[in-house]
Amino acid sequence: MKAIVCVKQVPDTSGKVAVKENGQLDRASMPAITNPDDLNALEAALTLKDHTGCEVVVVSMGPPPAEGMLRELLARGADRAVLISGREFGGSDTFATSQIIAAGIDEIGVEKDDIVFCGRQAIDGDTAQVGPQIAEKLHLPQVSYVTDIKYQDDGSLIVTRALEDGFMTVKVETPCLLTCIKELNEPRYMSVPGIFECYGKPYEVFDYNRLKDNPLIEDDTIGLKGSPTNVWKSFTPPQKGAGTMLEGTDVAAQMAQILADKHLI
Amino acid sequence: MDFSLTKEQAMAQAMFREFAENEVKPIAKDVDAEERFPIENVKKMGKLGMMGIYFPKEYGGSGADVLTYVMAVEELSKVCGTTGVILSAHTSLCAAPIYENGTEEQKKKYLPKLCSGEWLGAFGLTEPGAGTDAQGQQTTAVDAGDHWVLNGSKIFITNSGYADVFIIIAVTGVTKDRKGRPRKEISAFIVERTFPGFSVGKAEEKMGIRGSSTCELIMEDCIVPKENLLGTKGRGFQLAMATLDGGRIGIATQALGIAEGALDETVAYVKERQQFGRPIAAFQNTQFELAEMKARVDAAKYLVYKAALAKQAVMDAGKGRYSVEAAEAKLIAARTASDVTRRCLQLFGGYGYTRDYPIERMMRDAKITEIYEGTSEVMMMVISGAMLH
Repeated sequence: MKAIVCVKQVPDTSGKVAVKENGQLDRASMPAITNPDDLNALEAALTLKDHTGCEVVVVSMGPPPAEGMLRELLARGADRAVLISGREFGGSDTFATSQIIAAGIDEIGVEKDDIVFCGRQAIDGDTAQVGPQIAEKLHLPQVSYVTDIKYQDDGSLIVTRALEDGFMTVKVETPCLLTCIKELNEPRYMSVPGIFECYGKPYEVFDYNRLKDNPLIEDDTIGLKGSPTNVWKSFTPPQKGAGTMLEGTDVAAQMAQILADKHLI
Repeated sequence: MDFSLTKEQAMAQAMFREFAENEVKPIAKDVDAEERFPIENVKKMGKLGMMGIYFPKEYGGSGADVLTYVMAVEELSKVCGTTGVILSAHTSLCAAPIYENGTEEQKKKYLPKLCSGEWLGAFGLTEPGAGTDAQGQQTTAVDAGDHWVLNGSKIFITNSGYADVFIIIAVTGVTKDRKGRPRKEISAFIVERTFPGFSVGKAEEKMGIRGSSTCELIMEDCIVPKENLLGTKGRGFQLAMATLDGGRIGIATQALGIAEGALDETVAYVKERQQFGRPIAAFQNTQFELAEMKARVDAAKYLVYKAALAKQAVMDAGKGRYSVEAAEAKLIAARTASDVTRRCLQLFGGYGYTRDYPIERMMRDAKITEIYEGTSEVMMMVISGAMLH
């Protein structure tokens, strides 16, 4: 049994967002962090490892400096890391990216009782598409927006997913793919021994040559040229004004008064 | 001196900073106000491998180094002086002497539990009549055949209310010095809280580091197994002094962290606080105060990091001392902490004197660093002693 965790290094969008002339994000000039939802995915995998001793493999696609992020995830407790990296993959949209990552996961190998964990979505693109697309390309059952996982004795999983107005509980067989949200768990810190071991743990780079013969890779649908989506413009939205907090036991009446004053009701 | 951090050290520093910010800072005010020992964070630190940072993995340690340990105490102390000293006393005063002087059996028995944080450690040297003057020791240990019997009391023992393991210094007989004068023979022992005849007395009510547990220890016919003598019989004074050298690096680091934390708070405050229509950061007095304090804090930091590297070199070589480096670091860092927190509070003005801001707590916490694990005056005795030797 193993847990494969898909992670992405993203620009920290809590600060100022830098945009290049062509409308794409200027990632190099922004501090890079691990995508927050992906840390919940890793935590789910590490919790499974705590209980079963399974191997945890972290996979990312990105430029070589993403190694720093992957080492940090090894320091949190992952066992090995794979970075999918090559010029041929640059500029990929979600369609192309999911194809490449699916090929990478296929090379790692998905066996009967394996689980692929993804974050719900990345804070830079906010598409929430890559996880589900990987599942489709690997022909894995998928459960998105996961808030709870219960492992059954028969090897199946009872998974709770958050919907807009409630929850849905589904049973899923392994191998499967889950996309995780922050309500699922509290990501752990790196540990000191983990940090001092992380550069000794297995670390592999899958470049274009390593993946090109995988049946999932189609040369005309990878990279910037093969991506059906093109970014037209990126910008920092104007800041909203500070909100007003109402206090007291008559907040409904106060709110009604404010709305009435604005002639909204 | 090359203080550039390895990739692992930089990663650890970032982790300590995140931990301090998320787990320690939010409760620091309550820990002080309620004199509450932050046991929950001690347990978390144990899980993260922070309670045995520089000890080898074979004894349950994290396999890191002294500078990484120093950075942990520094980051914790930036936001909470209490949490900083808990880690320092546990590591430097209890786990370290066992690692450095213990038998293989002692190391195997005590270090894994200390490093995991399952057990907390403390060190008992100071007595009502013996602090800096170790010859004033009154606690006795008598060889009773198959065990030792300890009698006496210790005061001002950091971590003692929550500690499970204590390094206790006691008199085991009378010997003669080089000139033939009678001297007390002093030895060290590993004493567990649960040993018969051992008890923890009243807790001190303190000016600063109020969440830190500082109590009296009482030994009344305390039975200590024979194998719990630590190091060679009669070498306890040397063991205690070597242990305190390490402890002083920890306290110097705590002082450094407090000073850095006070500066961080002050830089944020002076940008916000408006007087005469502009932030007080715009006034030259504020700028000059900040500049001088920053330079002094950095100077202290170099001495502290240098002492950490000196200890590392001694550990790597398996011999040597770093007493002067540790004393210099503690002397300067402690003075800097007291000076910087006082001047930062002045920049805060009336608000700084209230408990609404952490700066008065930092000023109270800073003072102890000039006193414990050897006063500043003792640091000067150590430094000048080496100069005039």
